[in-house]
Amino acid sequence: MWKTIRRWFDPAELRSVGEPPDYRFSLANERTFLAWLRTGLALVGGGLAAAQFLPPLPMSHLREVIAVALLLLGAAVAIRAVDHWARTERAIRLGQELPASRFPAILALAVGVGALLLVVAVLMRAVGDR
Amino acid sequence: MSTGRDPGLQAERTRLAWRRTLLTITVVTVLAVRLASTGDPTGALIAGVTVLVWGALLALCWPRATGTGPARTGGRTLPLVTVGTVVLASLGVLLALRGLW
Repeated sequence: MWKTIRRWFDPAELRSVGEPPDYRFSLANERTFLAWLRTGLALVGGGLAAAQFLPPLPMSHLREVIAVALLLLGAAVAIRAVDHWARTERAIRLGQELPASRFPAILALAVGVGALLLVVAVLMRAVGDR
Repeated sequence: MSTGRDPGLQAERTRLAWRRTLLTITVVTVLAVRLASTGDPTGALIAGVTVLVWGALLALCWPRATGTGPARTGGRTLPLVTVGTVVLASLGVLLALRGLW
């Protein structure tokens, strides 16, 4: 794991494998990384917004739980973005197939389940208020 | 390459993607500073660190976002921007849990 992390910070090592690719593919790979990074930043922003704009919720500390979950998810998305970028760059240079990933599906499921839970919380509150 | 390089589009699109990313970083910073500013010293400290991280990320991304500096892809910029994002998220966790200490 540490070796992988060290590899991200060592551009020379990434450049040492395979053939220099068509620069357009590197640029496209970089744009994909940036799009994922913005997804992570949006989750971080959502966590910060939840912490300050949500009204007090019926369950104690639910607001903090939502905020921290979004913030940690955002950080995870950012780290995964750089890992996937490095693996893709390596595959392009070696002429291999691009790395497959379950991450987008898992993220979509996590966000979907989280949204459903919030719907349930909102409905419970609406019923409780009646 | 016999066809020569397509001079504009790919590099231009990547530049614009860097700009959008910088803009998002700025929005996140504004949200964090707003959350931090309640007047207590801890909040002020975290707000200060957040602004410093924003400045570092701005300096880091600026050459990519404007096309100044060496036109390269990859390098250390990408992992460093990731580190900045993780630091912003960690400061956010501190801010979100501040009231519970």
